[in-house]
Amino acid sequence: MLRVGFEIHQQLDTRKLFCNCSSELCDSYGMSVRRQLRAARSELGEVDRAALQEERRARWYEYQVPPRSACLVELDEEPPHEVNMEAVEIALQVALLLNAQPVDEIHFMRKIVVDGSNTSGFQRTAVVALDGYIDTASGRVGIATVCLEEEAARKVAENAETVTYRLDRLGIPLIEISTTPDITSPGQAREVAQKIGEVLRATGRVKRGIGTIRQDINVSIEGGARVEIKGVQELSLIPKIIEQEVKRQRWLIQVSEELKSRGVAAEELRTEAVEVSGVFTSTRSKLVAGALERGEVVAALRLPGFAGLLGGERGLRLGAELAQHVRIKSGLGGIFHSDELPAYGISREEVEKVRAVLGAGERDAFVLLVGEKSRVQVAAEAVVERARQAIYGVPEETRAALEDGTTRYMRPLPGAARMYPETDIPPVGVSPALLARLKAELPELYEQKVLRFVRSYGLSRELAEQVVRRADAELFEQAVALGAEPKLVASTLTSTLTELRRDGCDVEQLSRERLMEVFSAVAEGRITKESLPEVLQALCSPEVELEQVLEKLGGRVSEEQIAELAREVIASRAELVRERGEAAAKPLMGVMMSRLGGRAEGRVVMRVLTEELRRFLEG
Amino acid sequence: MYRGKAAELLAGIPAGARVRVCRRGRCYEGILMPRSELGDDRHVVIKLDSGYNIGVEVSDASVEMLEPPRVPSAAEAVQRGGAGRVVSILGTGGTIASRVDYATGAVHPVYTAGELLAAYPELAELAELRAKVVFSILSENMTPEHWRKLALEVAEELNSGAEGVVVTHGTDTMSFTASALAFMLKGLTKPVVLVGAQRSSDRPSSDAYLNLRSAIMVALSDLAEVVVVMHANLSDGLCAVHRATKVRKMHSTRRDAFRSINAHPLGYVGGRVELSEERRRRSRGEVVADTRLEERVALFKAYPGVSPELLEYCVDRCRGIVIEGTGMGHVPESLHPAIARALEEGVAVVMTTTTLNGRVDMKVYSSGRKLLSMGVIPGEDMLPEVAYVKLMHVLAVAEGMQEVRRLMLTSLAGEITPRTLPEVF
Ligand SMILES: [Zn+2]
Repeated sequence: MLRVGFEIHQQLDTRKLFCNCSSELCDSYGMSVRRQLRAARSELGEVDRAALQEERRARWYEYQVPPRSACLVELDEEPPHEVNMEAVEIALQVALLLNAQPVDEIHFMRKIVVDGSNTSGFQRTAVVALDGYIDTASGRVGIATVCLEEEAARKVAENAETVTYRLDRLGIPLIEISTTPDITSPGQAREVAQKIGEVLRATGRVKRGIGTIRQDINVSIEGGARVEIKGVQELSLIPKIIEQEVKRQRWLIQVSEELKSRGVAAEELRTEAVEVSGVFTSTRSKLVAGALERGEVVAALRLPGFAGLLGGERGLRLGAELAQHVRIKSGLGGIFHSDELPAYGISREEVEKVRAVLGAGERDAFVLLVGEKSRVQVAAEAVVERARQAIYGVPEETRAALEDGTTRYMRPLPGAARMYPETDIPPVGVSPALLARLKAELPELYEQKVLRFVRSYGLSRELAEQVVRRADAELFEQAVALGAEPKLVASTLTSTLTELRRDGCDVEQLSRERLMEVFSAVAEGRITKESLPEVLQALCSPEVELEQVLEKLGGRVSEEQIAELAREVIASRAELVRERGEAAAKPLMGVMMSRLGGRAEGRVVMRVLTEELRRFLEG
Repeated sequence: MYRGKAAELLAGIPAGARVRVCRRGRCYEGILMPRSELGDDRHVVIKLDSGYNIGVEVSDASVEMLEPPRVPSAAEAVQRGGAGRVVSILGTGGTIASRVDYATGAVHPVYTAGELLAAYPELAELAELRAKVVFSILSENMTPEHWRKLALEVAEELNSGAEGVVVTHGTDTMSFTASALAFMLKGLTKPVVLVGAQRSSDRPSSDAYLNLRSAIMVALSDLAEVVVVMHANLSDGLCAVHRATKVRKMHSTRRDAFRSINAHPLGYVGGRVELSEERRRRSRGEVVADTRLEERVALFKAYPGVSPELLEYCVDRCRGIVIEGTGMGHVPESLHPAIARALEEGVAVVMTTTTLNGRVDMKVYSSGRKLLSMGVIPGEDMLPEVAYVKLMHVLAVAEGMQEVRRLMLTSLAGEITPRTLPEVF
């Protein structure tokens, strides 16, 4: 049986959670500092597998400091300031919208994270509410917790020795919503993510755009294991990722059964890699030759009983899983394995020699590890560890979501979070008075708003949905309140702006203020429905003012109006027209131009007039 | 700890117990956490199984104990460091290492060598560590009496085989203690290193480990002075070695808060210790702690609007006054009568500067000349706090004002530098 749970992380559009820095991301930075982290030993002597993996690598962390968006607090050189109450209130609103029960007093905790993404070595996080739910078409899904926490620093570069982070993202308030693992199908998962997303957007105070919302998905199947898939940024990928993970777990179960039926035992897998550099002295593989030139080594590791199990379709390749572990744990670029060789310049002869050195028979596979001797040994241990897991089935682990819906290994599943109280931040009381105010101010949810727009403004459901989905949905109501026609405002905000963007207009220039100015002119009748796109187009240039555009358009007459006038003029001189046919255009043109008084270009008038004449003569 | 209504509700259930708290139809299970003294008496704090703490309002609530607190695990086996060279680590209250009990959230400072090595096993490669807690107080509560006790302990460690002594200390008044040790330890032949941490040692980002490791390396180095070893900049990797009498905490929170003033640091510790040629080198011989201190000394700051009565008060009660004067060593004329009276009554008055950087020079302006002619002792480029500690020691050991003046103008522990190089500012 499939069981899926979610964690949704959404950045809030406020200043940072524990200091007064802006939460904008920056393209440049000033100074940078280099740090190392080490977690204090737990009293219980428990070692967190994920934390240990990080610590073993003893890496340096470099932190870039953009002055607008980072101060001594982000650098962990000044204690956190008092919590940003605006963020607390948004989190409480979200909790209420998700039917969760706010706690009486909020306590921030230090959750140990030693991958460098937090300068302090821990993430500050607090439970704001518990035990909520949302209803889906296929049943109720529990909301276990709503947390308020600080966003991690942004990774900008990484190599074997150093991970580089920029501190602009560190400390942005983040709401974490965890569902219970009640979700039973990919489709329901998508609905849950969508509904939670609607709640978050309904507050109007969340950040929008790539990277501002991330979903972590927990997937387990019967006979499989809990696998956490991190960093899903697109809603549409969720069903695909879940389906792919189910497929992967089923495949791993099959691999395990196959290995067991072949009688492969974990003890047979030995971590001692054999150096086979000698086999490759005159290799045609550029990668191998280059490595040997740098004084690195080629080592081979026998995987008894694994023949034929390392290759396969994308996402379902044991060879790829081994390579991912090697990359993460040793910093080597990857591996070669016997199911894919000969290839990559490695010859059949070399493969045979390696087999001979290893004493590998037909049922055995092997991997080649190329790199510095010390790293190769770590890599060999990584290969054996993962290969042994394959005998048992699906390992519990954390994986990263990739764009095509597949995933790759990141780290072991973190153990129970190592947390202790953040004593630098006093607890925040959630008073009944505060909750009463927040309840009174609760934003309208998506569905309610769509229905209201259909009912009150006569929009079609589709148009209403489009408007509500916009970040600036309240602009619509403000414009309508000024007296602009609802359908016109709605279609302008949705299709017209989209078309203008498609035509290359810089619609970013159309700020809320500018749009309101335009709608106000529409309400006053100073801009016609026809000329609205033209006005907006002109306003896409930042230096252009609305009044200038209106002046330029003056009493500009639309083509429709010209055509109307032309029909009138033709009708009033029908005899002349019948007599002279299309040649009547010349005298009529004089009449038209004097009637229009220069409010239209002659070229346009001539074209419209000619068309109308034809239509009249043909009709 | 719980008090008032919360204590009433708990009725003696101890922190650490597993409890169920129910309020208005909702129940929470978890470990009862202790309440910080800053918290109100209307909430109890529960650590949920997820690790998170929440506060539950006590009105209408009921509590039931499910399990008593678990007994903490036994202390870890003592490990002994290698290399045969002994470094003594004397604790005074700053926590240089901690253990965290993630089950209860408690942070325990580490005191014994065994615990220290359990926290930082790599230190065993450097030296055999001998750890001792001399006292355990916040550094703002340090008194001259503590300096005396510490000086005696340091001397004893050095005279009983330690290659060097590391003193772990809260950072707020570390430079006072360092100066006191520098003046009191006579015939120093080995390094005495004060070290602390600006970020508490329970944090993965703490500066404690690098500072301590560097301090131990300096304690083993070719040096015979009292020094402070702390981060040299905001990165981890380099520590600066500051002479005790030239160092000052110049920032409230940064890890590189300690700076040498009017001098370059004596050296740096990166992969290895690199020390300036100016240092006093390690030699042989017993060190003697001369712990005499005249405690009736005041540190007085001059500023616009300062009341002369404040200074008169000091004159009545002190045998010595260090003034932080403005600029090159000036005070408002309104203070002159009190200063004149002090000097007439045999109270030593030493002038330093609020600018910290630079040297006092009281010959340039007439107001300074006036103070000089009254008998004020110019403190050269001594830091005010250093002059304060020095005057305590000098008043206790010197016979007569002439000798006090002579000693105050002599560099006893590197506190006066004869030349000021342009790059030190
Ligand atoms: Zn900041």
